[in-house]
Amino acid sequence: MATVSVTDISKTYPNGAQAVRPASFDIADGELIVLVGPSGCGKSTLLRMVAGLEDITTGDLRIGERVVNDLDPAERDIAMVFQNYALYPHMTVAKNMAYGLKNRGASKDAIATKVAEAAEMLSLTPLLDRRPSQLSGGQRQRVAMGRAIVRDPALFLFDEPLSNLDAKLRHQMRVEIRNLQRRLNVTAMYVTHDQVEAMTMADRIFVLNAGGIEQIGTPSEIYRTPASTFVASFMGAPPMNLLNGNADGGKVRVGESAVQMPCADGSVLLGIRPEEVAVSPMGTIPFKLTLIEELGASRLLHGTVAGQDFVVNAPNDDIALAEELMLEFPTNALHLFDAETGKRL
Amino acid sequence: MKRAAFSQPLMPVALLMPQLIIIAVFFYWPAWEAIYSSFFLQDPFGFGSNYVGADNYTRLAKSSEYAKVAGFTLFFTVVVTFLSLGIALLLAVKADKVIRGAKTYRTLLMWVYAVAPPVAGFLGSLLFDQNIGPITDLFAFFGYNLQIGLNYNDTAFAMIVVSVWKQIPVNFIFLLSGLQSIPVAVREAALIDNKSGTRRFWDITFPLLAPTAFFLLIINITYALFDTFGVIDIMVKGNPASNPITLVYKVYTDGFRGNDLGGSSAQSVVLMVLVLLLTVMQFRMLERRIHYT
Repeated sequence: MATVSVTDISKTYPNGAQAVRPASFDIADGELIVLVGPSGCGKSTLLRMVAGLEDITTGDLRIGERVVNDLDPAERDIAMVFQNYALYPHMTVAKNMAYGLKNRGASKDAIATKVAEAAEMLSLTPLLDRRPSQLSGGQRQRVAMGRAIVRDPALFLFDEPLSNLDAKLRHQMRVEIRNLQRRLNVTAMYVTHDQVEAMTMADRIFVLNAGGIEQIGTPSEIYRTPASTFVASFMGAPPMNLLNGNADGGKVRVGESAVQMPCADGSVLLGIRPEEVAVSPMGTIPFKLTLIEELGASRLLHGTVAGQDFVVNAPNDDIALAEELMLEFPTNALHLFDAETGKRL
Repeated sequence: MKRAAFSQPLMPVALLMPQLIIIAVFFYWPAWEAIYSSFFLQDPFGFGSNYVGADNYTRLAKSSEYAKVAGFTLFFTVVVTFLSLGIALLLAVKADKVIRGAKTYRTLLMWVYAVAPPVAGFLGSLLFDQNIGPITDLFAFFGYNLQIGLNYNDTAFAMIVVSVWKQIPVNFIFLLSGLQSIPVAVREAALIDNKSGTRRFWDITFPLLAPTAFFLLIINITYALFDTFGVIDIMVKGNPASNPITLVYKVYTDGFRGNDLGGSSAQSVVLMVLVLLLTVMQFRMLERRIHYT
């Protein structure tokens, strides 16, 4: 259990490519941080730098009180769960879990107790004598978790641990990992490209883009006040609608329609989440419907507003659907972004 | 597996024929000939042969010379296998860590693979030549008179050096590709679990390399037993009497220089049984033990 403190950490490869731009942040004791972003955004590199699998080009990394920049991965008091589980194929489940402890000079009895405890916690007890090749994907994932737990680390690192599992198992493991992390009260960093995982598991989310941290915030902050159009369109499924508009005297005009929104004059992007748009005959914004996706509980209406793509997540009740619908944008659900920089206004 | 059905019953036979003929002509026929003639004593001038039962075998069993050659073959095989595998493993592990110029470096290490065994033997004999050999010179510098082809131990030493040198690249290629097929994440997991590089190697890397290493072990034993013929032939300079030779070379000298075809056949049958045992062992081990997935 420990805090993590990162100061101006960055990574530049020998060929000059900058994988991680200087970033600073702190992680509180027992907090679960999710690093999320598209492929190549540097999230895995950042995690691997914390693990010690990649060198840190500049900056300081502290785990607890220690600066660990130059320590071997084995000395950093961390445990990591890999995407492909990375179990030792020639060792049984019990030995896989015990290996790290053995190397730290724990006594045989202590190792046996810890392994038994972890196995109990993860319902792996009947599988302790099996080899990884005899386990299913979900079971292997559990063993990988067990291997991390028995070490009693200061910091848990997860590198896309669920992306090899099927959707149902992924959901189950998500809950399991979250529960386990809470119960053990271990600080954790979790990398994923899946925004649902990020939203559901995180205490705080770090959204990364092109090697830099775009926004840090709790899931609801990220969802309600995205700092940029990147965050707005990355987090949330379907993504936030962004309409090109013109701010003019306290109003933002999109095509023929306008919404009340005080801001400086100029081009802006008007953002609204599909689920916050209301379809109503009283609405003021015309919407051309082209496609309906049934989701069961609700349905997605694809179409255009003033010639720009637009999606509405409408409740599955009996609203009369026609090719031309009127939409209402609640004022408190609107977001404004600078058209040039994409930053929130 | 998909079952193919042939409408004409002769078709599959015809398709198998080329392979079967090759095996029959180049393996079963000579093998049968060897077994057959091992029960006869041939006239040295080729005028006839007498059935002698198992005499050729009992003669082998009692021959102290055969025992001596067998002893040397065992020693030679163990040393060559151990050294060529060990050195290749060391090189592969080191080459695996090279990042800059890795391709050039690896190619240089595989270079020797392209040298044919007799040429390797010839190169070796030049290196150890009495007059111009640099290795002989090196030994002379330290005050030792290396005499290849005359001194039993010196010849054995040179044979081992050249045979090992010749075999290292093959082992290197296999071991390096074996090392590189170990998943990166597994190595990284080990990096987090264990601080000591040496311990990581023996606990994780080596066991994962074991399927490759075991395959190479069999290949190397076979190499040392049979494929070193060219090297030995050059080294002993047609003068096997006072020099160390292996069982395969003895088959050749007894059969073709001593004209004792029956005895030579019996020896090759013994070797055949040896290879059979090795093969059985390889299949059993590979199937049962060493594969993890």
